[in-house]
Amino acid sequence: MFSTLDMHILEILCEDARVTPREIAVMTGSDEAQVSLALESLRRAGVLVGYQTLINWERTDKEFVSAVIEVNVQPQREKGFDAIAQRIMQYDEVKSLYLMSGAYDLMVLCEAKTLKELAQFVHSRLSVIEGVTGTSTHFMLKTYKYGGMIFEGGSDDRRQAVMP
Amino acid sequence: MQYDRIVNPRVASVPPSGIRKFFDIVKQMPEAISLGVGEPDFVTPWSIRDAAIASIEEGRTQYTSNWGLESLREKIAAYLRMRYHVAYSPVDEILVTVGASEGIDLAMRALLCPGDEVLIPDPSYVSYAPCVTFAGGVAVPVVTRAQDCFALTPEALAAAITPRTKALILPYPNNPTGGVMTQEQLKAIARVLRGTDIVVISDEIYSELIYDGHEHTAFAAVEGMRERTVTINGFSKAFAMTGWRVGYIAAPRELLTPMFKIHQYTMLCASIQGQVAADRALGRAFETGFEDVRTMVRSYDRRRRLMVSSFNEMGLPCFEPRGAFYVFPSIAPTGLSSEEFCTRLLESEQVACVPGTAFGVSGEGYIRCSYATSLDNLGKALERIRAFLRGL
Repeated sequence: MFSTLDMHILEILCEDARVTPREIAVMTGSDEAQVSLALESLRRAGVLVGYQTLINWERTDKEFVSAVIEVNVQPQREKGFDAIAQRIMQYDEVKSLYLMSGAYDLMVLCEAKTLKELAQFVHSRLSVIEGVTGTSTHFMLKTYKYGGMIFEGGSDDRRQAVMP
Repeated sequence: MQYDRIVNPRVASVPPSGIRKFFDIVKQMPEAISLGVGEPDFVTPWSIRDAAIASIEEGRTQYTSNWGLESLREKIAAYLRMRYHVAYSPVDEILVTVGASEGIDLAMRALLCPGDEVLIPDPSYVSYAPCVTFAGGVAVPVVTRAQDCFALTPEALAAAITPRTKALILPYPNNPTGGVMTQEQLKAIARVLRGTDIVVISDEIYSELIYDGHEHTAFAAVEGMRERTVTINGFSKAFAMTGWRVGYIAAPRELLTPMFKIHQYTMLCASIQGQVAADRALGRAFETGFEDVRTMVRSYDRRRRLMVSSFNEMGLPCFEPRGAFYVFPSIAPTGLSSEEFCTRLLESEQVACVPGTAFGVSGEGYIRCSYATSLDNLGKALERIRAFLRGL
């Protein structure tokens, strides 16, 4: 059961993961020890999984290609889709993995340095996993929005600077 | 042409807004951080914007009824009943206006005769007194104090009432102080008013933005007060819809009809797109249990605590406001006037605040800081204010 403090903590960290427990305590009217305790229990419950930075790599010199791969699989007895998912998620190229409803089963978001590397990953590693019956690869061309943040075409503050 | 003899002296007598000067300076400063903004830092939720866009595509480009869209009035009536336990007929007791501002103007023009006095808690939003003056009335400030959390006290009210008192403006939650009034405090005000013919114009535009367990009580819901209360509210603050300009007045038909008459001849109706958007805003709020509003309030609440705690740490005593999105710290310990403090802070550290005096003489010694801006900006602004204080 999530407390109001838990909810506040998650919303604060969603907005800015750099906020310290002391600052969270001020913002929620609780004390620092209480916040640290709540953070720890959220971590242990697997709610707080990690703290990452949102980077728009497209604005750097880094060469990379990313793709969404739709994967059809033959679910296994007892284990369903989990066993195949377990195998796929081990690859470093795989950044995200979802079980989907609809026309295909797994959605793999993957990234590689070059088109060649990515192609190799798909045909020589992903497609040959036992139980994978088909793949369909779509390359990503541009990131507009990611993790709730607008990367391209966002708007600045359009408000009047001083208003009564 | 002798223009100064042409312009109505009542209009000429009202000084221009004291905020203008700061606005002009800030515009020249690209690095300035503004704590002077009086509107949410959220953009209107997409589903609300989308409803307005769809209405344009469908060709809904006509006037609406002078009262406003029927479905919107019905939703407003449902909202007031559900949220504040006051019943108004959507047929002739709710009028959709061009923002809450029009509502204030209509109330003044419909009620005031030359020389009628209107009591206004001081400090308060900048438009009340000019609206009173434009309508030929006399604005009478009633001092509120930090030690009372800027609530209007029954004693101050009773002392200000004269035979010419026509109306009382009750602006809670308050801009600029963030002060609120509890049900008990409102009952005490009601006891003073009972038996008089004083009309209460209750501006409840910030009613959804309340914190720390405070519950908003509509003045019309206080026993016996409905008959004398003109409730003014709108969509700007609760739904981040400032630029749409949609508000409303809810009042007994005997009070609302004369206001309606002025609105009918001068404004006709609020823009249909704004009304469609407002209709969607309330519809969505009913469907989601006011999820968007609650998320927004939680976010404001955290910034509010950060601001109050930071100002108190800096040695600028700040009472804990329980409404709106402003804090109102005292800058008296610096020995500067509000105006000096804000001017020098802006010039040396490029942080814009609004001097308390912009909201009335009782605002001297205070500054208004809006926390409707990102945590990141607030952090930077507070850092700069600390540096400014060290340099004094």
